[in-house]
Amino acid sequence: MFRRLPDADLVAAATVSIVIDGRPFAARAGDTVAAALLAAGRATFRTTPLSGAPRGPYCLMGTCFDCLVTIDDAAGRQACLVAVAPGMRIDTRGGAR
Amino acid sequence: MTLDYDVAIVGAGPAGLVAATVCAGHGLATVVFDEQPAPGGQVYRGVTTSPVSRTAIFGDDYAKGAALVGAFERSAATYVPGATVWAVASRADGAFDLGVSIAGHSRATAARAVILATGAQERPFPIPGWTLPGVMTAGAAQALLKMSGQVPSGPTVLAGCGPLLWLVAWQFLRAGVVIDALLDTTPRGRLAQAMPHAAGFVLSDYLARGLALVRDVRRDVRVVEYVTALAAAGEGRLRDVHYTVDGTAKTLPADLLLLHQGVVPNLNLARAAGCALQWNDRQACFEPVVDLWGGSSLPDLYLAGDGGGVAGSDAAAARGALVALGVANALGCIDGPARDRAAVAHRADLARALRGRAFFDTLYRPADAFRIPRDDTIVCRCEEVTAREIVAAVGEEGCAGPNQLKAFLRCGMGLCQGRHCGLTVTELIADVRGVAPADVGYYRLRFPAKPVTLGELASMPTSREAQRAVVRVKGTH
Repeated sequence: MFRRLPDADLVAAATVSIVIDGRPFAARAGDTVAAALLAAGRATFRTTPLSGAPRGPYCLMGTCFDCLVTIDDAAGRQACLVAVAPGMRIDTRGGAR
Repeated sequence: MTLDYDVAIVGAGPAGLVAATVCAGHGLATVVFDEQPAPGGQVYRGVTTSPVSRTAIFGDDYAKGAALVGAFERSAATYVPGATVWAVASRADGAFDLGVSIAGHSRATAARAVILATGAQERPFPIPGWTLPGVMTAGAAQALLKMSGQVPSGPTVLAGCGPLLWLVAWQFLRAGVVIDALLDTTPRGRLAQAMPHAAGFVLSDYLARGLALVRDVRRDVRVVEYVTALAAAGEGRLRDVHYTVDGTAKTLPADLLLLHQGVVPNLNLARAAGCALQWNDRQACFEPVVDLWGGSSLPDLYLAGDGGGVAGSDAAAARGALVALGVANALGCIDGPARDRAAVAHRADLARALRGRAFFDTLYRPADAFRIPRDDTIVCRCEEVTAREIVAAVGEEGCAGPNQLKAFLRCGMGLCQGRHCGLTVTELIADVRGVAPADVGYYRLRFPAKPVTLGELASMPTSREAQRAVVRVKGTH
């Protein structure tokens, strides 16, 4: 869905090693969890409790709650409001929210 | 009772930044709680932290935010990023207790006056399939570009109406993104309706900039005008965008559909606090009732910027300054004449910023069909409630209003607390009942304005030292 701009258009930034659903991923320092998941090619972040329908980020500004994921064992965090940190474990398999 | 600050400001967009700078300049102990990781709000999101080095992508206006952030950072105001304010409660002594969540830990902060500078959010855009992964707001995609340097990579369609839609398209083109189509839902006849307001538009800064921007987009993007119906389709994720133009149904394959039909005030805190609100029919949304200084219907509770009524970023900065002067006067820092003298320049800025608003509001008022859905279109994303269910509850089962609708359908009772369905529900009920939206009203909201876990509430620190220990200082983010 998304790609990073070419390096020429970006300031240099450190890589932040995180874990997405058990697999390592190199995020960019300054990314939110939602940005990192999108950079990793994820469109779906969770399913709904009623119908089980897949959802992904809609507003990316903290109002829609469709980007909820589990971060370091804390369920239901808004991925668009949390910055990535080294070693952070993100899980999108926590079930419906 | 003890106080932590004279003034607590919620939000660090243009209004919150300027209000904080001016309040601190008058010697008021000022704190800014910002839900985002860095100052700027949505319009200037990431203006000092964006990874994008080629800032020409954003256009000239974006740089204005850096000056506001710079002045704020030089001020004595305290900045707390990543902070969600979930309660603004009046105390017996007239001050306020704010419930604030930072990185999963909550605390209470007390202040004599509160300025809500919570800005705007995108208006709900309820079309079939708008909950599918791959469908986002145009503002979301813009935020991803600003904060993370990411742009759409596959077939991309923009749809809706309003200045932000064109700005995002323009920025994407500057960033080298291919846009497959821009589906313009501005109805026929809107331009004629807007023309009586064109005198203000001709004098506005928007004119030259806006026309150049639209011209650039039209040169490089296929623009389809007068689109009357839209739907997102796909199994598990977006595959196609269906649209109707001149009565003919058409389909475009798409990986990403970006929706936008204007912004509306972000009012959840103001509503839960009990501020009086009114219906703005030209903008088709509720807005708070405010006086000349941004004062709400409640003592010492103020509203600045788009959260006090949508007028754009330049107006928000001017209103931030005016509200701060009002607060400085109310808290005894300056007398009335000094306040009024200091306000002259900001009132002139505000008047200039408001030129052309009436034209834009009229031109880009979304068509009824895109505000008031029918059939199986989901209205409440959280509880997956459809327009058909709401129409039946109201039309056949005697459900009288938005609050009763919660009992009937759980509509508006999900995690977003009505942020993405509230206006739709108000207008849909009004439409079914044949009454005005103002007579239908809105959900009654209560704190916490965002979900807080029991564990977080139970572990709230009670000593002042413990509360202060977690407040970070500006420049360390």
